[in-house]
Formats: sequence, structure tokens, C-alpha cells
Amino acid sequence: MSSTKRRDDRRAAWWFLVPVLAGFAVFYGYPAIRGAWYSVTDYTMLGTPAFVGADNYDKLVHDSQFWRSLLVTVWYVVLNIGSQTVLALLVAALMHRLTRSVVLRATLLLPWLVPNVTVGLLWMWLLDTNLGFVNHLLTTLGIGPVGFLTDAALAMPSIAAINTWAYAGYTALLLYAGMLQIPQYLYEGASIDGAGEWRMFRSITLPLLRPVLALVLVVSLIGSFQIFDTIAVTTQGDPAGATRVLYYFIYQQAFSYFQMGYASAAAVFLALILGVLTAVQMRLLRASTSDLA
Amino acid sequence: MRRIFGWTVMAVIVVITVFPFWWMVRTALTPAGDLLTDNAGLLPRDPTLINFARVLSLTSEAEARAAGGSGAHIDFARYILNSVIYCGLIAAFQTLFCAMAGYAFARLRFPGRDLVFAIIISALMVPPIFTLLPNFVLVKDLGLINTMAGMVAPTILMTPFAVFFLRQFFLSLPRDVEEAAILDGNGPWGIFWRIALPMSRGPLITIGITTTVWAWKDFLWPLLVGRGEENRLVTVALGVFLQQSPNTQPDWTGLMAASTLSVVPVALLLIFVGKRLVQSLNFTGSK
Repeated sequence: MSSTKRRDDRRAAWWFLVPVLAGFAVFYGYPAIRGAWYSVTDYTMLGTPAFVGADNYDKLVHDSQFWRSLLVTVWYVVLNIGSQTVLALLVAALMHRLTRSVVLRATLLLPWLVPNVTVGLLWMWLLDTNLGFVNHLLTTLGIGPVGFLTDAALAMPSIAAINTWAYAGYTALLLYAGMLQIPQYLYEGASIDGAGEWRMFRSITLPLLRPVLALVLVVSLIGSFQIFDTIAVTTQGDPAGATRVLYYFIYQQAFSYFQMGYASAAAVFLALILGVLTAVQMRLLRASTSDLA
Repeated sequence: MRRIFGWTVMAVIVVITVFPFWWMVRTALTPAGDLLTDNAGLLPRDPTLINFARVLSLTSEAEARAAGGSGAHIDFARYILNSVIYCGLIAAFQTLFCAMAGYAFARLRFPGRDLVFAIIISALMVPPIFTLLPNFVLVKDLGLINTMAGMVAPTILMTPFAVFFLRQFFLSLPRDVEEAAILDGNGPWGIFWRIALPMSRGPLITIGITTTVWAWKDFLWPLLVGRGEENRLVTVALGVFLQQSPNTQPDWTGLMAASTLSVVPVALLLIFVGKRLVQSLNFTGSK
């Protein structure tokens, strides 16, 4: 480097940063502080927030609807992440061993490109109790019509399945990209030694994919905890709160009952969960790049 | 043998992926009155375009009603245009502004650089729902409800991820070209516009496409801020359409026609930039 004396780009840097700093201050920094403030106030969006101390949090801890929504969210996350990860691993491993086709990858990505609202509508129609294609198929097979989205026990698994359909392809492509980093000669060697596909998957693919898999899992978890669109379209928290997830609970408190303070307290709670997950993600991000790069 | 088994499983997965889209289009082409009787077979018996016509507001109210509509005004051509404008504004400006900041954080020297960057990155840990409520109040207080300005405001200037992503990229650019440009008397702006930006077309397009896709899918924020007919986005319009449709007997043919229209632009995107999009889905940091 020719210029050994310290360069100072202070003035230029200011112009480079103005838009981003303004956006950050107004739509990230300021609202984060305001959100924390709302959570200790009584605020209905009319008038000004009135400080009430820890009342909202106290109410939250004793609100059975809140705990139920937390439980429902965790139930969804378990169902969705479980099915989505297994399916994505299967698809990724199949692609990895079979083909490098871009057309196939693009096809599998299609459901991810579609708005969740469209996905919700589409499956609401396919799963419709009276006219839906799936029930038409089941009736033909002699299994009576099933109320996938109206039965309290089935509604959450159905929504988890819908979102698995929407996101498994995308997840599979992320895992597939990770698998491409695994040296091909490992498989060739194992093949010569007589290892089968399942054995190779267990002994080569899975262990070497671990950093990428961990990262993909955490990112999916963060997304899963924030499920909203599909539920807002299909069940709106029903039947009887069986699909009222945390995000929907917050939305209802804020925009149906105008309990901004109370909703913010619940949002703080969700933020804490997601904050921990994101911190883990950033750790893994550092770990995975140093491992594989 | 093993390959045949593998391809069979893959074929089943592709059918499950694609069939729902086919059924969506198929329903959209079916006359509303036939839904009960004509529900098997890959094609409708009497295909019709009336459902598309009525959600594009190309029919009279009476015609739309006769074809199964609720009679409410629906114009998906307009909603799609709104969505395209929304996505275009966000993708173009967010990418540009974040590239500028990413470049400054990667290359310029100024006091407090790393601290400011760390603060911005820490916002990755704040989930959208937490800032959504105060941002809604802010946009409402500014009188920007039902305006495009209010809808794009929180994301048009930056997202922490885009800043992070582009800074990482600029760090990986070789320095010698820039050093040569400095010797030629270029300032930071000249280098950024004439050298750094043209060299980063790939990552810029990647982040632009990804931003477009996410903006196309946006629902909750535009629902809160842009429910009015004038600036209504496709996703919000689909939600409103479903609400207007009777609960007991939803207007499925119309809803599926509208759903199909909401898929067309992203399907086109996939056809034109699918290869780049597919290749950009890579967490391992090689590109």
C-alpha cells in the first residue's frame, strides 16, 4: 500500500452512510426503544401512553390465553421444523446423488416464491371439506371428508404441513448447496469399499453437513416462531384458539383490541426468544464459514 | 436400480410441488356453477376465462355477479401494478443505499466505523414484530397511512442484513484496482461508482432479486398501512377478497383466478433469473 499516512474519509463516509443511518435510527433504533416503553404503559393508540410499571407483564404471566398461544406456537414449530427438515434433507440428498439440474432446483423453489397468502388460499381450497381436491380424493378412497382446518386437533398439523410444502424446497436447496462443498472423492472411495447410499449419507453427508445444517435449522426456527400470514388467511386463530400462535395473539391484542401496551409486552417476550436464537445463529455463521471456506 | 428408485421418489416430490399450482389454474378456468359436479379430471369440461376477466375488472358488475362474484369492485391489474412498484422501489433503493454503506464500512476510514457497524448488525437480533407496533404508530402519526410512502418507509432505506451482506462482499474485492484509481486522482465517490459498483454486479443483483421476492410476499405491514384500494398490494387484496367472499360458500373460482395472477410475476422472475436465484441460495459463503 502506497499511502502509509492515515487516510481520513470522514466527510465522504458521512454521505455514503446518511440513508442507512437515517433508516436505522428512525425505523429500527427509535421504535425498539418506543416498543420497550409501550410495554410498561397503558396505550390504546388514542391519547398518550400512561406509565403502569410492570402491570402488563404481570397480566401476561397470568393470562391463560397467552400461555396457550405460546404452547400452540411451540407445537407448530416442532411439527413444522421436524417435517420440513427431514423432507428437505431427503430432497437435498437425492438431488446431490442424482443430478445438478437447474430446472429441477428452480421447480422445487417455486412454492417459496409464492406469497404465503396465496399458499394459504390455495391449500384452503385444496383442503376444503366439501369441494376440496384432497377430500375428493379421500372420499373416492372411502375415507370420509376430513375437516383439516376446522377440526381442533388437525388444524395446527395441517398448517404445519402447508408451510412445509411452501418451505421444504427452499430449505432443501440451502442444504444441497452445503452438500456440494463435500469433496466428491469421499463418496467414490466409500463406493469402492462397498458402502450403500444410506451408509454414505450417515457416515459422510450428515457429519460434514453439520455446520450448514445447524445454521439452516436455526434460521428455519426463527422463521417458524414468526408464523402469521398462513394463519391470518386460513384459520384466523380458530378453531377455538387451536391455531392462535404468539404472533397472532400480539396482532389481535394490538389491532383488534387496541391494547398496544399489552401487545408490546408480549412482543418483548417473543423478541427475547428470537434474540437468543439469532445470537446462536450469528455464532454458527462464524463457525460455519471458518469450517468450510 | 438405486437410481431408478431415487428418481421415482424425486418424481413424486415434483408432482406434489407442482400439482397444487395446476389445480389452482384448473379451478380458475372452471365456471363457478360447475365446481360441485366437475371436480375430477386435469382439465375443466367447459373452460372459461370469465373468472380472470372479473378479477381484472373487465366485466360489468352484473356479469361478475352472475359468474360467482360478490359484486365488490376488484381490480387485480391495479394491485399487481402496486406490488410491482412497491417491490421495485424497495429493491432498487435498498440495494443502492446498502451498497453505499457496505462500501463505506468495508473501505473508507473514519472514526467509530466498527462501532457503528456493530450497532447496525445488532439490529438483526430485533424481530420485526417488535418494531412493527411502534412503526405503525409512527407512520400513522406522520399521516402516511394508505400511502405508498408509508408502505415502503421501513425497508426502502436499509435492512441490516443487506448492509452486512454487501460489506462482506466489498471486503473480498481485490484492492489493487482501487489503489490504481486513487493514484489517478479519483475520490471515494468516483471509485465507488466507476469501479466498486461495476465489479459487484453479481452480488447486487442477488440481493436485489432476494429483496424483490420478500417484498412480493409482504403481507402484515402492507395490510396495516396500505389497506386502501388505491395502494393495495396483491397479498392484501387476496386477503380482502377472501373476507368479502361469503364464509359458507367462498368464491373459489374467483379466488383461484386472483391467486394465479399473484403467482405469474414470480413465475416469470423464476424463468428469467431462475439460474442466478437458485445459485445464490448458498449459506456457505463462497458467493
